This record gives sequence, structure tokens and C-alpha cells, in this order.
Amino acid sequence: MPGGKRYEAIVIGASAGGLHALFYILEHLPEKFSLPVIIVQHRMAEQHELLEELLQSKTGMIVKQADEKESIEKGIIYLAPPGYHLLIETDRTFSLTVDQPVSYSRPSVDVMFETAAVAYREGLVGIILTGANRDGAAGIKRISDYGGFTIAQDPAEAQFPSMPAAAIATKSVKKVGTLKEISFFLSKIPEV
Amino acid sequence: MELDNGAFRNLLKAVHSSYGYDFTGYAEASVKRRIIHYMGMHRINELADLQSLILRDENIFRDFLQELSVTVTEMFRDPGFYKSLREKVVERLATYPFIKVWVAGCATGEEVYSLAILFKEAGILDRSVIYATDINQQSLQIAKDGMYDASSMKAYTGNYQKSGGTGSFSQYYMSKYNSVMFDRSLKQNIVFSAHNLAMDKAFNEFQLILCRNVLIYFNQELQKRVLDLFHGSLCMFGYLGLGNKESLRFGAQQRSFEEVDRKERIYMKIK
Ligand SMILES: C[S@@+](CC[C@H](N)C(=O)[O-])C[C@H]1O[C@@H](n2cnc3c(N)ncnc32)[C@H](O)[C@@H]1O
Repeated sequence: MPGGKRYEAIVIGASAGGLHALFYILEHLPEKFSLPVIIVQHRMAEQHELLEELLQSKTGMIVKQADEKESIEKGIIYLAPPGYHLLIETDRTFSLTVDQPVSYSRPSVDVMFETAAVAYREGLVGIILTGANRDGAAGIKRISDYGGFTIAQDPAEAQFPSMPAAAIATKSVKKVGTLKEISFFLSKIPEV
Repeated sequence: MELDNGAFRNLLKAVHSSYGYDFTGYAEASVKRRIIHYMGMHRINELADLQSLILRDENIFRDFLQELSVTVTEMFRDPGFYKSLREKVVERLATYPFIKVWVAGCATGEEVYSLAILFKEAGILDRSVIYATDINQQSLQIAKDGMYDASSMKAYTGNYQKSGGTGSFSQYYMSKYNSVMFDRSLKQNIVFSAHNLAMDKAFNEFQLILCRNVLIYFNQELQKRVLDLFHGSLCMFGYLGLGNKESLRFGAQQRSFEEVDRKERIYMKIK
């Protein structure tokens, strides 16, 4: 549990139904949440900045699309741009690529999670929310392999259960919880 | 799986000294991901094993090179970019008696044919030469052939229309079984050749350079080098078009360019 551990970043993967789940999580983040939050939400390439605007309306933290080579800063919520994979470098900057979609998705949760796992190791919390595919399952396993903490939304609560269920099936998820429980966990992460 | 950093650097060094391809200026996370993918596919467990395989057999190296250079592309990708070219750039280009264009990192050619169509519709293709370059020989061959999967044409037609194309997209190609072949009149003024942005020099002076979705794969130093190369290869008031998430941020010559279309990443050299 959060206790004495020093987490350095939160990564979140969501697909179908993700908008409302993300609304809930962002609305319930502590006001001065001190970690970067990096999100991959599947969406159409044509949607541009719509998701950013919607999420910004739910939080006082800065919400922005991740730029290539941008340094990852505390207290900012980053979103993977539509049509690009988001990768995290070990110097904690972002890279973007237009490599083939993974699990039919670009951005793919797996790609972001797998690179985040290497960059943050035990300092990482990975969260899988609702979705109708299995993107993120391999990424959750990688985060766990590197000592990070892994959470899946309770499939019984998720609007689309297959994504969290696929993550749980890897046996690498440490905590299964409702949005309320996930928010409670996040609110207990100590200030850094 | 994690790649040991020392072994990773050794591999890139060995590839560079044995085959002359320098990948040391690439953004690491992506190259590592491609290497892990390649090793997984061929059941290679250690980077050192991969290195000796590559050094022993040039065919394996070619295959590996194919994995490293990501040639994913489409026609009229980001239609807004092409629309902006039509509206803000083509008219100025038309004032030149002879137009030279460089498409750097052209992959399998879809972008080049898109540009050729746009030039044809603007009536300037006949007096243009488009140099299309890439490091990937295999993809250059596909680009030269100009033959693509028929199943992509529906999406490309949509992109074409969104880019401001008013003709019928299908007039530009012939369908054959499940493929389409782009018209010879489009190819006449295109020169395809190998060029490595990480190592090779300038080779001409251009009125327009497109280099889209290539810089994102490079680190800051290499981006800077390549932007210098483009600056040196453009004539005064020449245009540079980058990918949707790319910018001049890391170039030393930022102030030598003016923004023509900020959102679509089109710039003009002003000094
Ligand atoms: C993702 S594709 C972009 C294709 C096209 N420009 C587009 O935007 O759709 C990137 C291309 O850059 C090429 N490339 C990578 N490194 C290069 C280098 N050092 N010099 C030239 N081309 C390179 C790759 O082979 C690949 O074809």
C-alpha cells in the first residue's frame, strides 16, 4: 500500500466507457496532487483536443496533450495524442511514434505502460479502467515485473469489463477496486 | 525483457561500423521496443546473440534494418496539411519557372504520390522535380512501383476529399485484382533514391521540403542536425513542412523561419 513508498508517476489506460471513469478519477484527485498522471484513452484521430477540454473541466490540475521530448512534470495530467503512440524515455521525457497500431490501437496502452515500467520501475502505479478489448494487459504485467503497483477497475463496475478482466487474468494486478476505491488509494499517496 | 544499456550501445556501434548505418541519434525507447520485438519474433534471448547474428550475415542485418525503420504511412495523411499546402504554398511555388522538392523519409511513397496529385491539380507538376528519399531500400522499391493495396483506397479517397481535392481520386490509378497502380504521369517527375538524414549531406537546393513523422524518431541533437540540413537545402523563402507533432523547437535556426501555418507545421525560410 502507499504507506512509506515514494511513487513518482501514475499511468492510466482506458478505452470504451473511459470518459466517465476518467471524469470520476480526476474529480476525486486531491487538489494538490503531486505526481504526473499519464493517460492513454483510445479515441478517434479526428477528435484532436476535445478530450483534453472535457477533462480540463473536471480538475484544477493542468491537463495537456503530451508533446514529443517534453519533460514529465509533477502535478500535470498528460494525454497521449490521438493517432500516435506515447512512449516514456528513461530520462523521463515523452517520445511519440506512428508505428503500427498495437491491439488495433494507436495510442496503445501497452506501449505506454511497457516503456513507463522501465522508466519508473517501483515508482510507478499503473491503472486499467473500462474497455472493450485487451490493450494494457501486457503493460500491466510489465509494470508488475518491474516492481510497480498495479490496479484494475472492478470488472463488475466497469462499463466495459473486458479490458480490466484481461489485465486481471495476467495475475499481475495487485488491487482490484471500484472507481471510489481507486480514488481513495490515490488520495492516500503521500506528498513528495 | 529489458535491454542492458551497455549491450544496447555496443549493438548500435557495431551496426554503425560494420554497415554504415548510424542509429545512435534515435530516440531510445522506440528503438529498444523494436529490438525487443525483433528478438521475440526470432527467439533470440540475448542482445549479444543478436549482435553476432547481424554481424555474421548481411541478410539478417537487412531484415533487422527493416524492423528498425518504421515505414507506416498513408496518402494525404493529415488532410489539413495538404489543404494548407493548396491554399498557402502552391500559389507561391507557381511563381518559380522550375520547382524542386525534397520529400525526406518518404517510406513507401504514399506521401509523394499525394503531393504529385496536388501539384498536378495546381498545374505545376510538369515543371517540378520531386526528390523522394529514405534509408529503407525495400520501401523505396515499393514507392517506385507505386502499387498499393486496393483496400486502402476508400480511406485515401476520404483523405483526398478532405484535403480539398475536387476531382475524382480514382482517375489517378488503375485497379488490378487487389492492387492499384498509380498513373505514370504522376511518376514522371519523381526521383526516388537512398539518403540517410543521420549521415548524408545536402544534395541540391529546394523550394519545398517535406519531412513528416521522421523527426519524432530522432533525439534532440539529431533533430537539430537535420533541421540545419534542411535550412541549408532550402532557397530563400523556400517552404518546410513537418509532421503534425513536430516543430522547429530544437533547431538552431528557429529564427530563420517564419510560421506559414502553425497548426499544420508549415514554415518558410526568411534568412
Ligand atoms: C513513419 S515513416 C513516415 C512516412 C511519411 N513521411 C509520412 O509522414 O507518412 C518514417 C520514415 O522515415 C525513414 N527514416 C528513418 N530514419 C531515417 C534516416 N536516418 N534518413 C532517412 N529516412 C529515415 C523510415 O525508413 C520511414 O520510412
